[in-house]
Amino acid sequence: MDSVANIILYFVIAIATVVFSFLAVTSRKLLRSATYLLFVLICTAIFYFQLGFQFLGAVQIAVYAGGIMVLFVFSIVLTHKPDQKNAPLESHRRFLGTMCAVAGTVVLLFALFKMPLLNGLSLTECLNSATPITMHDIGTAFTGTNRFQYLLPFEAVSVLLLACIIGGVVVARKR
Amino acid sequence: MDITLPILILAIPITMFLVLGIGGVKMSRKLAGVLGICGLGTTAVLAYIVAFTYYFSGDPLFILDGVRQQYQVFDVTWLAFTQRLVVNIGFLLDPISAMMLIVITTISFMVHLYSWGYMEHEPGFQRYYAFLSLFTFSMLGLVVATNIFQMYIFWELVGVSSYLLIGFFYKLPSAVSASKKAFIVTRFADLGFLIGILVLSYFTDTFNFITLTQNPESVLGSTGGATFMGASALTWAMVLIFTGGMGKSAMLPLHIWLPDAMEGPTPVSALIHAATMVVAGVYLVARMFPVYCVVPSSLTFVTVVGAITAFYAAAVACAQIDIKRILAFSTISQIAFMMVSLGVAYDQPIEGVHYSGLGYMASMFHLFTHAMFKALLFLGAGALIHAVHSNNYTAMGGLYKYMPITHWTFLIGCLAIAGIPPFSGFFSKDEMLAAMYANNWVWGAWMSMVAGLTAFYMFRMYFLVFWWKENPHYKEHRPHDAPWQMSLPLIILAAVSCVAGFIPFGEFITWNGEPYHIHLEAPVAITSVIIALIGIFIAFKLYFKENSVPTRLKNMMPALWEAAHRRFYWDEIYQFITHKIIFGIICRSIAWFDRHVIDATMDGMAWIAQRASASIKGMQNGAIQAYVIWYFMGAIVLAAITWLCLI
Amino acid sequence: MDLSILWYLVPSVIMFVCGVYGFVTRKNLIAILISLELMLNSADLNFVVFNRFLFPGSMEGMVFTLFSIAIAAAETAIAIAIIINIYRAIGNTDVREINKLKH
Repeated sequence: MDSVANIILYFVIAIATVVFSFLAVTSRKLLRSATYLLFVLICTAIFYFQLGFQFLGAVQIAVYAGGIMVLFVFSIVLTHKPDQKNAPLESHRRFLGTMCAVAGTVVLLFALFKMPLLNGLSLTECLNSATPITMHDIGTAFTGTNRFQYLLPFEAVSVLLLACIIGGVVVARKR
Repeated sequence: MDITLPILILAIPITMFLVLGIGGVKMSRKLAGVLGICGLGTTAVLAYIVAFTYYFSGDPLFILDGVRQQYQVFDVTWLAFTQRLVVNIGFLLDPISAMMLIVITTISFMVHLYSWGYMEHEPGFQRYYAFLSLFTFSMLGLVVATNIFQMYIFWELVGVSSYLLIGFFYKLPSAVSASKKAFIVTRFADLGFLIGILVLSYFTDTFNFITLTQNPESVLGSTGGATFMGASALTWAMVLIFTGGMGKSAMLPLHIWLPDAMEGPTPVSALIHAATMVVAGVYLVARMFPVYCVVPSSLTFVTVVGAITAFYAAAVACAQIDIKRILAFSTISQIAFMMVSLGVAYDQPIEGVHYSGLGYMASMFHLFTHAMFKALLFLGAGALIHAVHSNNYTAMGGLYKYMPITHWTFLIGCLAIAGIPPFSGFFSKDEMLAAMYANNWVWGAWMSMVAGLTAFYMFRMYFLVFWWKENPHYKEHRPHDAPWQMSLPLIILAAVSCVAGFIPFGEFITWNGEPYHIHLEAPVAITSVIIALIGIFIAFKLYFKENSVPTRLKNMMPALWEAAHRRFYWDEIYQFITHKIIFGIICRSIAWFDRHVIDATMDGMAWIAQRASASIKGMQNGAIQAYVIWYFMGAIVLAAITWLCLI
Repeated sequence: MDLSILWYLVPSVIMFVCGVYGFVTRKNLIAILISLELMLNSADLNFVVFNRFLFPGSMEGMVFTLFSIAIAAAETAIAIAIIINIYRAIGNTDVREINKLKH
């Protein structure tokens, strides 16, 4: 039995997520879309906190809501005049998008509710049965080569980020 | 016999062709002319040596117990298609091929010499000599062929040379269309020839002339009575082979190309379209004569075609204006004479003798004399054209004063063709008429009439050209005799035409090789001379001095004159058949079918493919969002299917 | 009343289809990128939720999400660099205008 506070938090965050997601893809002003995206990302981070992944939530806020959103806003300001509204959507595009969305929703929800493998454990039970994840655990997981340790992907990501830095510089450089 | 000379006879002209054809552009005209004349002169000398060896050496290879033999100097396998179907190339010496060697090389040499003067200022002089050499080579190869297939090959080669030479002035549209016409018409006839060869060789298993002609009854017995449309296969084969001869020798109804072929240079007309190539049809029938005798109905066909053509051509020649056309129709008529003579050479078996043989000998005799005097007449006509720059007699008249050499030689040629003794045409024509009377008096009477017509139209032309009245243009441009290169051949040929009749031809050429003693049959000879004189007399009365009688005669029967002048509308009939019926109806419907059914099917398939590709092309338009839609929808469908299956 | 796994998956699904809708309908490259981030985010959320509810004792889902965030950051940086470049070249960022390379 979950606490009422958790349930209320859940509903607030879930509704916010749904509403801001919808607004993010329908708003005709790009800067607002970005802002709504920011809210969605923060809501997700709050979900992570609620699920007990504090480090992940922190990363989400720092990298996504902090770093990536700055990039978005930066590029939007660079490529758009203030107050520029996007042209209204073409009707057949909107129709196609709606079809995709509706079909996707129906199939995915159908799948979710028919899925026999999903257990009925509640959040509290799960949190109780799990040991809390410490920074030490995370550090160990990223710096070892044993089972459930991920040094190689970690290094790969570091190389990827380096390549990404160089690539970003090269691509966006003024020539 | 040594094979060097025969090989050289063929090799020199073809070498000349290659040398002049390839190197001609780099040569001066003089060098090319001298080369051509020397080459042909050498060939002529060699051919004389070979022919004289054949006739006079008494070698048992050539003459055995007084019977002349057919002798293959060499005969090598050239193409072995199958075990049965083997094509040889060889050199056959027999009375007629030896005679043809003399005729061809003599006329060709005369024409080479003459052309040096006649073609002096024409562009493409070297090319002209190259083509002449090619023609001479082809014609020699044709007459010495040991088998019918070799003959066919060279037959086509002479057709090609004829085509090239008719179209020599290729800048003139009329020359181009005439050369095409000649090629297509003769080619069309050669189709029949080829089918005939195939049918004949299918039943006899051989192409070789000697095998075919030594004992035709036994060789041809193997046809096994195969028939087609009521006639035996052999009859069909012989008639089809004769069709090839009809095309080359311009027999009705395949004669239409020959008058137009006069668009070529005049010496070419003399060589190809008067003396040598056009008699190839006669030569072919003579070569296959024993085989023809096995099927008398095909010989009757030859006779009928020849008789009709002879009269037709003579009638048309009376109403032509262009002197070369007159000579062309005269050629057709004379060749038809030879054909009739060959056709009547078969007789009902009397006392065990199957062939009268006279007609055969007479035909070959006339071939020889005709080649000489017709070449003379053509070369004379060339000299006239050279002098007045027109083909029409309306531009001539009264020329006897200005061109004495041409005048006298031309007169000799006219007398020879009219059959006045002692010129050569008299003897050969007399023998032919005798053979015709011997077969059936109808042929004799008919051809005598044609002979009278011949005398009339030849002298009509003669008087109109050399007498009648002087053309006023002579004051500005005085005509004169041709240079020596042109006059010399005229004189030589005129001399030959005077004496050739006295050659005891029967000693040399008969159908079976046994000598035949020529003797004039007085009634026939006297009749034909009288008829010829009547023809000449009428021509004299009408055309010697300028008068209005010919015009009045013409106006009396304008339709007849117009019909004869237009060659009895044969060209129009062909035009109608080819354009209106074949092109207009058959070809157009085929073209319609091709365009609307065959092409449309292909176009439709292409259209479908194009539309299909256009419609699926949109899927690969690079628009990432469309990809996402497809991808996402696909994923959704897959998921749905998976879940439906799991449930 | 329990907060079971479905409760968390349903917002994730809606976030995802919103991303798809945006990706398909929007014309602006940056808007498309935003839609992409939405979809990615929903996938991340799924990892974490599955980790928590199905395998409470381990943390592989979280590790994957960490990697995913890193890669998403890199991808976004590059994409935005490209978008700015395109804007410099042709003056706008409409995805339907970017067809020069097609021909």
